[in-house]
Amino acid sequence: MEQQPVLRVEGVSKTFPGVRALNNVDFEVYRGEVVALLGENGAGKSTLMKILAGAYQKDSGTIYLNGKEIRPRNTAHSQELGIATIYQEFTLTLNQTAAANIFMSREPRYGGLLKPFNLVNRRKMERDAAELLKRVRARINPASLVGDLSVAERQQVEIAKALAIDAQVIIMDEPTSALGADETKSLFEIIRDLRARGLAIIFITHRLEEVFEISDRIIVLRDGERVGTLRTAEANVEQIIRLMVGRDIEDIFLKEEVPIGEPVLAVQGLTRRGVVENVTFDVRRGEILGFAGLVGAGRTETMRMIFGADPKDDGYIWLDGQEVEINSPQDAVEHGIGLVPEDRTNQGLVLENSVLFNMIVPTLERFAKMGWLKRRLARRSATVYVDRLRVRTPSMEQTVKNLSGGNQQKVVLAKWLMNNPKVLILDEPTRGIDVGAKAEIHQLMVELAKQGIAIIMISSEMPEVLAMSDRIVVMHEGHITAILNREEATQERIMAYACDQALPQAIAAQQGQVA
Amino acid sequence: MSDVAEPLTRREAFGKASRAWWRGIASGQELGVFIVLVAMVLFLSWKTDTFATQQNIRNIWLSFSWIAIAAFGQTFVIITGGIDLSTGSTMALAGLAAAYLISGNIEGQPSPWMVEKIVGGRTQQMGPDEYVPIALLAGPLMGLLIGTINGVLVAWANLPAFIATLGMMSIARGVCYGWSGGWPFQKLNNGFLEVGQSDVTLLGLDVPLPFIIMIIIAVLMSIFLMQTVWGYRIYALGGNEQAAQLSGINTKRIKLIAFMASGLMAGIGGTLMTARLGVAAPTAAQGYELDAIAAVFIGGTSVSGGKGTIIGTLIGAAIMQVLRSGLNLLGYDPYWQPAAIGLTIILAIMFDRLRVRFQNRPIRSVFNAEGLRSRLGR
Repeated sequence: MEQQPVLRVEGVSKTFPGVRALNNVDFEVYRGEVVALLGENGAGKSTLMKILAGAYQKDSGTIYLNGKEIRPRNTAHSQELGIATIYQEFTLTLNQTAAANIFMSREPRYGGLLKPFNLVNRRKMERDAAELLKRVRARINPASLVGDLSVAERQQVEIAKALAIDAQVIIMDEPTSALGADETKSLFEIIRDLRARGLAIIFITHRLEEVFEISDRIIVLRDGERVGTLRTAEANVEQIIRLMVGRDIEDIFLKEEVPIGEPVLAVQGLTRRGVVENVTFDVRRGEILGFAGLVGAGRTETMRMIFGADPKDDGYIWLDGQEVEINSPQDAVEHGIGLVPEDRTNQGLVLENSVLFNMIVPTLERFAKMGWLKRRLARRSATVYVDRLRVRTPSMEQTVKNLSGGNQQKVVLAKWLMNNPKVLILDEPTRGIDVGAKAEIHQLMVELAKQGIAIIMISSEMPEVLAMSDRIVVMHEGHITAILNREEATQERIMAYACDQALPQAIAAQQGQVA
Repeated sequence: MSDVAEPLTRREAFGKASRAWWRGIASGQELGVFIVLVAMVLFLSWKTDTFATQQNIRNIWLSFSWIAIAAFGQTFVIITGGIDLSTGSTMALAGLAAAYLISGNIEGQPSPWMVEKIVGGRTQQMGPDEYVPIALLAGPLMGLLIGTINGVLVAWANLPAFIATLGMMSIARGVCYGWSGGWPFQKLNNGFLEVGQSDVTLLGLDVPLPFIIMIIIAVLMSIFLMQTVWGYRIYALGGNEQAAQLSGINTKRIKLIAFMASGLMAGIGGTLMTARLGVAAPTAAQGYELDAIAAVFIGGTSVSGGKGTIIGTLIGAAIMQVLRSGLNLLGYDPYWQPAAIGLTIILAIMFDRLRVRFQNRPIRSVFNAEGLRSRLGR
């Protein structure tokens, strides 16, 4: 680590109207190193990355690549310099082949007489793509359409694309947010490969356990300033969180004992062929029922079926002991079921509209008389919930787009609470939300449970599932493989049930021996 | 899956490739629409005596050529995720631009450059011969100019394509009326008319020249779209604009190229149309933008962009023309034709939706052992 950093940022500042996003930040990454860049949302991580990627221009400061000053003008220029960025959202086109995506904007061409026609040399492109895909350990035919690939395979294409520009520095912005545990593992193997090849990798994530697994060094930003650097081997969670939030958090996850009542929602034999098979469970008043499993285990699909958003092939749903027919989300809403979807920006909110608008959409009838909306009444009711959930918004008229992720999530929650739900389904309620807001959402969940609402929470974050749930349903490839009580659940057991069915028995046998 | 590092076995590679191949065929809506076209032709040949005559086929070829050409350009724009509503007006204005100098009658008066020429033993008034090459250039160039303006408005002024070209549709049409005073440019030079009206004998068949031009353009446009760097980028832009931008593609330039292509093609189409009709009317080609757009969609281009082919558009345009001709020959009142065309568009898109849904589920699991196993219940 004595050599000079491959990328060094010195005293970079950036101001947006009203916000100082970066204040005199230093940052450096060495060859063959994985640096985890941490910070709450709004700490300035993405601003810094966007400056490096050429998407933003810095106000002041200097960037050095291999000791020479660079000024990335735009994304294309930054790539030319050797800085590749893998964004949270994939930059792929589904109707083109993997090879075309990998070489997007730098397609190999025929030379010689054909040169002026800019004809793409498809054979060379696919050969080179195959080579790059091999380097990221992908088993993908370069001629296959990206639309046919799984999410994990798409990510491999995305990384191959970064390698295609011969990058020295690869920035990964929450690359694991769309991946299951398995895919995350293979991504980490790829990252270790790249590191061994001498690439420098900047890794942004919200999942602290990943930081410990993959990074060599941790740089923490808070409020646009660098507040700490830690060697991963010497760091611990409390330390990092303290740096990120600037205060001590006793427990990230707050869970209080809430008296649990009778079953509110019960489903039996819920089936959608090829997706979800014979799912049976119930959730009780005041209970938080966690759903664990890998991506693609069928958790979201199960919830969409219960909510009437997808048709079911088979199965029954009971609410308060009565069988109910739910064929559309409207039916579900009428029966008092609320769904906070995983993708809140697309499925949960109308981003361009106001907080008030978003909150009263599902319950419009209640505020209308003969089709005429009584705005004052609606606003008064909505304000109650905004206050109760502590949504930080300057006004009810604020455009939702301008709120932070955590506050957007609260608006979605508030929207459903206005309907006095009996059952609230939360799909990845804290994904992409910073630590402080996360704790607040967790506290809200407990408060709602206290009010007697039955809560179903899908989460891919094991600590969250373990800390928040009264019982945990584990799914694997469309089946329920286990329903665990709070006391008997451990990370290992859940993971075992989530991956395979043979393993848990082995563990059980082992435990039997011990006992 | 710890074995990710292993290379593909030959069997797996073959399986993946053959699946890609199979899906490539099945996902080409071209095949579907082509079957529809063949079925229509067979049905009409069987049901009527008049359809399969050389005269009728020649008429069909002639009359769909310029719509098809305009639709090729439209295909570019729609693949990028835009739309060009100015196609019809552009065709009309390009027709006027082509006809102006070779016209013997402007605004109902003999034009200053009118000459008298003996054609087929009869003395006729027309524009002079030496302007014919200029005319053949002026039409396409006028189209290119309009397309360029559209492209600049969309890419640099950030107007939605729908709005920019809606405005341009009216502007171009207004220029048509203003320039011509509402009168058609008449008495066009006979050399110019030959481009639209003469035949070339190929394999014993009289093939109209516009049809041959259309086929040549189709081939060139296909190569441009499927084989060149620009074509790749047009697909990339339509498939995921943000991805294209972040990958370093100059998306503004690609949008401009697409609209320029659309304008140029409408210009060529309008010129051929004028040469065929023998007169450039300011009212010409009204509603043709919708025909061109319909041909693109029937041909399988995705409404949301990123997907589509020239050959599909060509078949789409042919289907519309065969449908028109067929309804005529079967003795239906021509007033009903628009209804039939509209129905075809709706059915074509519905078919496309069904095909996509069908494709995404069963085929996949039948051809993939894992899917089969899960289906049989492990």
